[in-house]
Amino acid sequence: MSSPTGTFDLYSRGDRFFGWAVTILLGLFVASTLYPFIYVLAASISSGAAVARGDVVFLPKEITLDAFNYVMADKAFWIAYGNTFYYTIVGTLTSLAFIIPGAYALSRPNLPCRSGFNLFVAFTLWFHAGMIPVFLNIRDLGILDTRFAIIIAFAVNAFNAILMRNFFENVPRSFEEAARMDGANDFQILWRVYVPLSKPAIITVALFCAVARWNGYFWAMVILRDQDKLPLQVYLKEIIVELNMSDEFATDLLSAGYSFETMIAAIIVLSIIPVLIVYPYIQKYFQKGVMLGGVKE
Amino acid sequence: MSDNASHSGLAPGEDYSDYDLPELSLADRIRQNFAQNWQVYVMLAPMVIYFLVFAYKPMLGLVIAFKDFSLFKGIWGSPWVGFEHFETLFNDPYFWRAVKNTVIISVFSLIFAFPAPIILALMFNELRHQGFKKTAQTIAYLPHFISIVIVAGIVVNFFSPSGIVNLLLTKLGMDDPIYFLTMPEWFRPIFIGSNIWKEAGFESIIYLAAIAGVSPTLYESAKVDGATRFQMMYLITLPCILPTILIMLIIRIGNLLEVSFEYVILLYQPATYETADVITTWIYRQGLQNNNYDVATAAGVFNAVVAFALVITANRLSKRVSRTGLW
Repeated sequence: MSSPTGTFDLYSRGDRFFGWAVTILLGLFVASTLYPFIYVLAASISSGAAVARGDVVFLPKEITLDAFNYVMADKAFWIAYGNTFYYTIVGTLTSLAFIIPGAYALSRPNLPCRSGFNLFVAFTLWFHAGMIPVFLNIRDLGILDTRFAIIIAFAVNAFNAILMRNFFENVPRSFEEAARMDGANDFQILWRVYVPLSKPAIITVALFCAVARWNGYFWAMVILRDQDKLPLQVYLKEIIVELNMSDEFATDLLSAGYSFETMIAAIIVLSIIPVLIVYPYIQKYFQKGVMLGGVKE
Repeated sequence: MSDNASHSGLAPGEDYSDYDLPELSLADRIRQNFAQNWQVYVMLAPMVIYFLVFAYKPMLGLVIAFKDFSLFKGIWGSPWVGFEHFETLFNDPYFWRAVKNTVIISVFSLIFAFPAPIILALMFNELRHQGFKKTAQTIAYLPHFISIVIVAGIVVNFFSPSGIVNLLLTKLGMDDPIYFLTMPEWFRPIFIGSNIWKEAGFESIIYLAAIAGVSPTLYESAKVDGATRFQMMYLITLPCILPTILIMLIIRIGNLLEVSFEYVILLYQPATYETADVITTWIYRQGLQNNNYDVATAAGVFNAVVAFALVITANRLSKRVSRTGLW
């Protein structure tokens, strides 16, 4: 399969066809990934009637912000929104406060029973008590329906701890020895040497924690009763998934410029926006970080 | 700094203590060790306490699978009943239905969802236009960061009788809308399909990392030998990332019983329990909705034991086949 156009063309005709086929297939994949977002955005700013008629497929029709106005006037929505930020930020910081020192300790060669402690952590990857005992434990601790339970009971994930420990283990020992020569203790070594050197790993673990916090709904749904403590995802679940099934509610709203469908679309758009804002900044980190974790599982 | 420094008695730093250890009593050694390492212990303590309280203590709670549990008497006050709950469980056709559905969904996911990120990574790797490649990857990773509740919301919306899917179908000439989410036969395709939509792109990162480690000289020599790009992908890239694929496969098999129940809860409804109800959702309804804590825990024990056995088997298998294991 030599190239007809001479030595400058490294690819044969078959190769170029292959290249195009791959590009087109991936183009289709990207389009299908993106389409739901485009549709939801279009529906959120279209009139309820246009969506009901099926006019909205790609572009918004009869543009109106009624749906957004309706959702944003709902106080419960903003409370849930604020709660999610609270759980995400405080939860992630709490997780890091447990994981970073713990992983540092586990990475110390001079830690007695080191392999025992490592097994102690890793065992929870493969064997966990399950839903009911975990729930009863939280109940017995008397922290049902508290923000504290959401923050603390799911603070450490063994996978993240091990990822962090692996990274600390790969920090060259000479850094630590140099610091010890200068009289640094373990706290100073961790804070002044390991933490600055491990930024990509810390950001990756922080990201994993934050994504889990931001997206989690199940335990919040189970543990929390008080409406004022619910995160956005539980609020969304109640509205989107449960109400969508009931038809009478849908017809109720059709009279206005918004409909049930456009209202849901607006909620979805509003809850994705923070992710879209942060996403470009974190992308380079998780690409690096996941590779780090993926190779050394 | 040499390895035999400790034998000379002139080791730097902490090695001095090693040298002294044999002469001290156990209590003294513990005291000395703590004096030296107390900072490390202090750092380790919160995490150890966390795991004791929130991971190991609940494991003790598993005993209620063997007890007639009452919330008032508590875990230890409730009377033992032996294997009664397991008998109830194994005689319950709905439990077996859940087991069957769990296995079917897992196996179908293995067949359809597992290869998806591998194929994606291989294709990403073939893209020559860097701009398009970056954009495509950015978009492919995005759904991973969207909450499962939102994904469920979009799915419910798309597949509802008045949703976009039915709209397109009617435009293609179909008469009546299909109530997808109330039809048991549609649950699995929708569930697995939307899961692929959400996670395949992000999971491809791991394989892309593996591909990045493939030596370029392999491609160069293949080019000299006149290999086509497809042959290079098939004969070089794929074999080179096989260890990663195997590790991911073991993890997958180890988690065979762990169908994403959070997502099932969002998508299923009584009409589709027939194909949608999995072990964990069954536990959820029995335990947290009907307060049958003990029977639900028995199901949890069953689940955990089978899962644990699967992990160990999968790991042993992979060690035999490829000498790579998780431990």
